[in-house]
Amino acid sequence: MTASVIPDFIKIAREDKSRGWKVLDGSRLTADIDIECDVVIVGSGAGGGTSAEILSAAGLNVVMIEEGPFKSSTDFRMRERDAYPQLYQESAGRQTKDKGIVILQGRAVGGSTTVNWTSSFRTPPTTLAHWQRVWGLKDYTVADMLPWFQKMEARLSIEPWGVAPNENNDILKRGCDKLGIPAAAIKRNVRGCWNLGYCGMGCPTNAKQSMLVTTIPAALDHGLSLIHSTRVERLANRYGRITSLVALGMDREGVAIGRYKIRVTAKHYVLAGGAINNPALMLRSKLPDPYGALGKRTFLHPSSVSAAIMDGKVEAYSGAPQTIYSDHFLDTQPVDGVIGYKLEAPPIHPILAGITLQGFGTEHATWMKRLPNMHVAIALMRDGFHEGSIGGSVGIRADGSPILDYKITHYVWHGVRRSLLVMAEVQFAAGAKIVMPLHEDSKPMRSWTEAKKLIESLPMETLRTRIASAHVMGGCAMGADARVSVTRGDGRHHQLDNLWIFDGSAFPTSIGANPQLSIYGMAARNATRLSELIKPEIQIKFA
Amino acid sequence: MTLRFQPHRRHLLKVGIAGALVLAVSRSLEHHAFAVASPAGIQGSLDLKILANKDADVIAALAPVILAGSLPEEVVSRQIAINEVVEAFDRTVAGLSPSVQREVEELLSLLTMPITRRFVVGISASWPNATEDEIKQFLDRWRNHRFGLLQQGYQALVRLMIACWYGNPLSWGRISYEGPPFAKELGLQ
Repeated sequence: MTASVIPDFIKIAREDKSRGWKVLDGSRLTADIDIECDVVIVGSGAGGGTSAEILSAAGLNVVMIEEGPFKSSTDFRMRERDAYPQLYQESAGRQTKDKGIVILQGRAVGGSTTVNWTSSFRTPPTTLAHWQRVWGLKDYTVADMLPWFQKMEARLSIEPWGVAPNENNDILKRGCDKLGIPAAAIKRNVRGCWNLGYCGMGCPTNAKQSMLVTTIPAALDHGLSLIHSTRVERLANRYGRITSLVALGMDREGVAIGRYKIRVTAKHYVLAGGAINNPALMLRSKLPDPYGALGKRTFLHPSSVSAAIMDGKVEAYSGAPQTIYSDHFLDTQPVDGVIGYKLEAPPIHPILAGITLQGFGTEHATWMKRLPNMHVAIALMRDGFHEGSIGGSVGIRADGSPILDYKITHYVWHGVRRSLLVMAEVQFAAGAKIVMPLHEDSKPMRSWTEAKKLIESLPMETLRTRIASAHVMGGCAMGADARVSVTRGDGRHHQLDNLWIFDGSAFPTSIGANPQLSIYGMAARNATRLSELIKPEIQIKFA
Repeated sequence: MTLRFQPHRRHLLKVGIAGALVLAVSRSLEHHAFAVASPAGIQGSLDLKILANKDADVIAALAPVILAGSLPEEVVSRQIAINEVVEAFDRTVAGLSPSVQREVEELLSLLTMPITRRFVVGISASWPNATEDEIKQFLDRWRNHRFGLLQQGYQALVRLMIACWYGNPLSWGRISYEGPPFAKELGLQ
């Protein structure tokens, strides 16, 4: 085997003992341990990573606990069968309770930022305005958030992507242009990107500015203790405060919990484990939830999928994924009117394509054989802005593991059908020979008229219509009214003084855009406020 | 053909709703726990972590039908491919969380227990002796079944098999996928 031309600077730093990084593998514990610190952060994704850098730079003693493994560039071998079990929740096959929606969610140091497709959008102004109006989040104006988005954009090199889109994205652009639908380029968090197209399997060139290669190494340099392969089981609370946290090291396979326990006593507890795991942890811990708001309003941007066969090569597995988008169907109607959706073009690799296309046997194989000529468009529903879209509800199974019950309502299905029509029209406009909405009762269609007729007749039902999600939001909604929300706008829990939620689970609705930058901005502001709040406490102690 | 399957179909309507019940009973009657891999799997000895032989038989019987048109045709290559699908299926399930593993376990119980295999699945002979036609009809029936539980079962089986096959570089030639780029520069060779 040859060595990579890209140095794995994370691995090098871990091996360099003079660097002094404190990294503990929870699957290699030999006894129970007790830790004391200023702040413990649960989760290492967009919210946890951002918070860790800010809090540790403020001189606080910070511990971060991550359930997944600590992998870095030389482990990222661009093979789905290695990457999915290693880096994703449920091997990239997490599903809703009725199995109607497949959820792609990261599980590794860096969380979903390690495996996301780099799409970076500020929280749309319409979403922020809705939060102010309906959720009483007064300091979430565009002007309030602007400096935080700018700070994180600079930190993570979020910039317009200067390279031509790959063919899969260009088809979306050409189709939209033909129909007069505005489409534009997506900003990406990359530096020196090789334009490979394998972001979803971990970046092998360290170009993606995920938490793994930015905030987390910086925090480790500031003295962060990172404990990975460890699942947080429970939080204890008393008199309106969290008093301790109990975590269990995973087994060596990272599948089940192991034997040894880690008990952490901290002044403050920050949850950033994502919108399914945070509510589940709080439910397991039986934290106060006087109005039953916990775990409710979990949103997914449920996404419909339309495949097309083009004359020329598309090779949608090659080149940066998701570089073109259209918000036309979000912007042309009120946020709380009929459901809007965002159009994008995802990467297509053999497993992802295989499990998303319907059918089996020769029906399926015929499509797979055309993989190089396949274009795929997706439409992400903006859920959570209307009474017809209250999202899902997180619960726990008998063994304490999380389960998300998300029923797709008539209101959402209506958007799914409209989006399938629009995507087919765009694909034909771009020159598609065959279009097929992904649905058990679908079939390949050769013209827009034929497609229109079929899509109008397809039953919009769970398990029949393919729906996927890569964005889990909500479940610990922030809001001014404690009766309908879990945390305040600054991320602090309504009932527990030293418990903070700094990730996408605090969003009271979906974002209406790929959420990573929304999480970075919100976490950066709230973690900065927290550090200002607790620094005096710490200084008093040493005075 | 039609005659032969009609009793099953009618039976299925009755049995379908009781599917969940049968499952619960079957779990208590026959503890279908994954755990110890048997020393000798199908076709000699496959390297299995959690699947029992009877589970491996099901996967091996399903593979040529679910993956029809994508497996190699040449006999030896085909057998190698099927074995690797069975092993990948085993590895994949072993990598799922305990609660999801239990769901797969329940599904495999339903497929392997003689009474449910016969009346819910509609496979009268043992899995290794089931014909491709029978298996195809079973899959079609579950795919479009009015009970969500069986649709879920169909989708779980098909997705797992497809993921196990298309993750394997042996499958890439037929779909003209060349694999990861810059393998040499990035030290993947």
